[in-house]
Amino acid sequence: MTPLLAVEDLVKHFPAGGGLFGRHARQVHAVCGVSFEVGRGETLGIVGESGCGKSTTARLVLGLMPATSGTARFDDVDVLTAKPKALRALRRRLQMVAQDPYASLDPQMTVGASIAEPLRIHGLYRKGGKDRVRELMTLVELDPDHVTRYPHQFSGGQRQRVGIARALALQPELLVLDEPISSLDVSIQAGVINLLADLQERLGVAYVFIAHDLSVIRLISHKVVVMYLGKVVESGLRDDVFDRPSHPYTQALLSAMPSANPVAERARARILLPGDVPSPLDPPSGCRFRTRCWKAQDICAVEEPALVDRGQGHPVACHFAEAAPQVSGLADPARQDAPDLPNAAGLPFAP
Amino acid sequence: MTPVLEIAGLEVTFPTQEGPVAAVRGVDLTLEARKVLGVVGESGSGKTVTMLATLGLLPAGAEVSGSVKYRGRELVGLAPRELRKLRGAAVAMIFQDPKTSLNPVQPIGHQIVEGIRIHHPDVGRKEAAKRAVELLALVGIPQPDRRARDYPHQFSGGMCQRAMIAMAVANDPDVLIADEPTTALDVTIQAQILDLLRDIREEKGVAIVLISHDLGVVAGLADDVAVMYAGRVVEKGSVDAVYTQARHPYTRGLLASVPRLTDTRHGPLQSIGGGAPSLLHLPGGCAFHPRCPHARPNCQVDDPRLRPVAGVEAACHYAEELGPVASK
Repeated sequence: MTPLLAVEDLVKHFPAGGGLFGRHARQVHAVCGVSFEVGRGETLGIVGESGCGKSTTARLVLGLMPATSGTARFDDVDVLTAKPKALRALRRRLQMVAQDPYASLDPQMTVGASIAEPLRIHGLYRKGGKDRVRELMTLVELDPDHVTRYPHQFSGGQRQRVGIARALALQPELLVLDEPISSLDVSIQAGVINLLADLQERLGVAYVFIAHDLSVIRLISHKVVVMYLGKVVESGLRDDVFDRPSHPYTQALLSAMPSANPVAERARARILLPGDVPSPLDPPSGCRFRTRCWKAQDICAVEEPALVDRGQGHPVACHFAEAAPQVSGLADPARQDAPDLPNAAGLPFAP
Repeated sequence: MTPVLEIAGLEVTFPTQEGPVAAVRGVDLTLEARKVLGVVGESGSGKTVTMLATLGLLPAGAEVSGSVKYRGRELVGLAPRELRKLRGAAVAMIFQDPKTSLNPVQPIGHQIVEGIRIHHPDVGRKEAAKRAVELLALVGIPQPDRRARDYPHQFSGGMCQRAMIAMAVANDPDVLIADEPTTALDVTIQAQILDLLRDIREEKGVAIVLISHDLGVVAGLADDVAVMYAGRVVEKGSVDAVYTQARHPYTRGLLASVPRLTDTRHGPLQSIGGGAPSLLHLPGGCAFHPRCPHARPNCQVDDPRLRPVAGVEAACHYAEELGPVASK
C-alpha cells in the first residue's frame, strides 16, 4: 500500500542576513535531508528539542513555505511543487492544529464562526454547514450550544478542542499537530490526548504529531522519528525505538525525562549531555551530534553516519549504534537490574 | 530540625475590577534546613503568588495576611528596607525565564558583582569580580573568566539559568526559591540544571523550594511535596508518601493523568474532567468538588481542611475511604 504522505530528502535552508546585498549571507540549516512516511490512519511522532527542525518540517509538509529541495508526496501529489490550485485542493485533505490555542483563534470571531471558516472557504457552508459545526463541536466534546461564544470564554483545553474541530471540518486525511498539548495544564493534557486517539479510531485520520515530550509520543504514536539539529538520527516503530533506543541522542533524551516516581528517580543513572545544541548556522562536520556525544571518535568528525539499519532492527544514524535495551525502563523500579548503559570514557553519570 | 521558612495561614487577595480575587487562601508550608520542598500545582493554583508574598515581591495593592517566618523572624509587614536586606542574601529566588530575568545591557559577571556588593559593600570590586568568576565556574560555565564579560544574549537558555543560579547563591543563602526553573528549557538541558541544583544543595547546604507543574521534576529532587489547588494546599507529605499513597482525589488524578515512559499500553489516559475554577467565582465547599469523581452532597457545603491521613496530610472529607492507591 502506498503511504499517505511520503517525505523524501527534505531540505530547508534559511538565509541569515550578513553581508551587503546578502552576498555573504549565511545559511541556517534548519532541515537537512529528512525522510519519513505516514500511512493512512497512522500516527507518526516527531520528537526533538528546540531548533531540531521539527516545526519547519511540519510547515514544509503543509506547503506553508517553499522547500530548498526534496519532495513531500501526499497521495502522489508533491506538496512542495504543486500549483496553487492543486495545493488548495490538497489543503482540504491536509490540515493542521497549532500549538498555542490562545493565539491561533481569532478573538473577534465566535468559535462557531472559526469552525465554519474552512467550510465557507471551500464552499461547503451553505449546504448544512450550521449543523456540521454543531456536529463538530459535539465530536470534540464541546457543548454545541456554545457556538456563539468567543474564545476568551473558553479555557485552554477547550480552545484546543475548537482548534481540533476546525481542523477536522473538511474531513482531512492527515492532521499535522505541532505541540498541540504543550501549552496546556497537566490535568487537561490527558483529556486532549484521549480525544485525539479516539478521533483517529473513529475517523481514520492520520497524524503527524510533533512534541518534545517523549512519554506523550510513546502513548500516541505508531511510528517515531527522532530529530537533532535538522537531521533524523533514529526512526522506526514506536516500540523498536523506545525499547531498543540505539542512537546516543535518543538514549540521552530518554534518560533525561523525569518520571513521577521518586524512588526510581533517586536511584537511576542519568546520561547528562555536556553543553548545548550547536548553532544550525554552522553545524558540526560529520555527525552533528558528535560535539556532545560520549561515543564520538575521529571518524564522526569526518564521515556523516547514514540513517540505516545497523543490526538494531530500525534505522539509526550513528557509526557506533548499539541498542541499549530498556533505557526507558530505568524509571521502572521493577526493571532496575536491567540498565545496561554504555559507560565509555567521558560520560558524566549522575548518581 | 528547625525550619528555615515557616508559612502559616497565608492569604493573598488582589483587588480587581470584577471584585477581589483570593489567589492564596490559607496556606501552611514548612521548609526544613537543607531540605527540598516541592510545590506542585497547575496555572492559577497560587504556587508562585505564595512565594512572591513570602519575599514581599507582590505588587502594591495586594492584601497579604498570615505569617511567614524566616528563622523565626516574621516577614509579613516587615519594612521594605529590612526585606531588601534579606532578599538575595538569606533568601534568593530564581525564575522560570532566565533570559528575561537578566539585565540585557550588562555583562553577566557585572550583574553577579552587583548582587554581591549590594549585600556586602565592604567587598572590593576586584574581589567581587573574582568571586563572580568562581561562582560561574561552580555552576558549570566553561571558561568562566572570559564568559563573565559576556552579555546575556551571548548565553544560551541553559547557561542563563546557570548564571541566575550563580547569582542566587552568591551570598550563600539559606533558602533558594526556584520557580519553574526548567520549564523554559529543553529536556536534556533541564536534566543538566536539575543536576546542578542537586549539587548546589549538597555543596552549599541550601534549602530549596522547588515550584513546578511537572511531577517528574519534583519527584527527582524534593524531599517533601505540597500539592496546591485553587489557592490551597490540598495534600502534603514526603514525596514517597504522596506519590505512592496520595489521598486527595486531585493529587491522584494528577498522578494518573501523566503519561509514563514505561507505559507501553496504547489506551486512554485517566483525565480530570472540567477545568480549574475561576478564582473570582470559587465553588462553595471544597473547591475541587465540581471536578471530583468522589464528590458527595456535603462537599458542596463543607470546606475540608488539611488533616493527617495515614502518612500524608490531605484536605478531603473522604480521604480515609479512598484508601491508599498503588502507584503505577
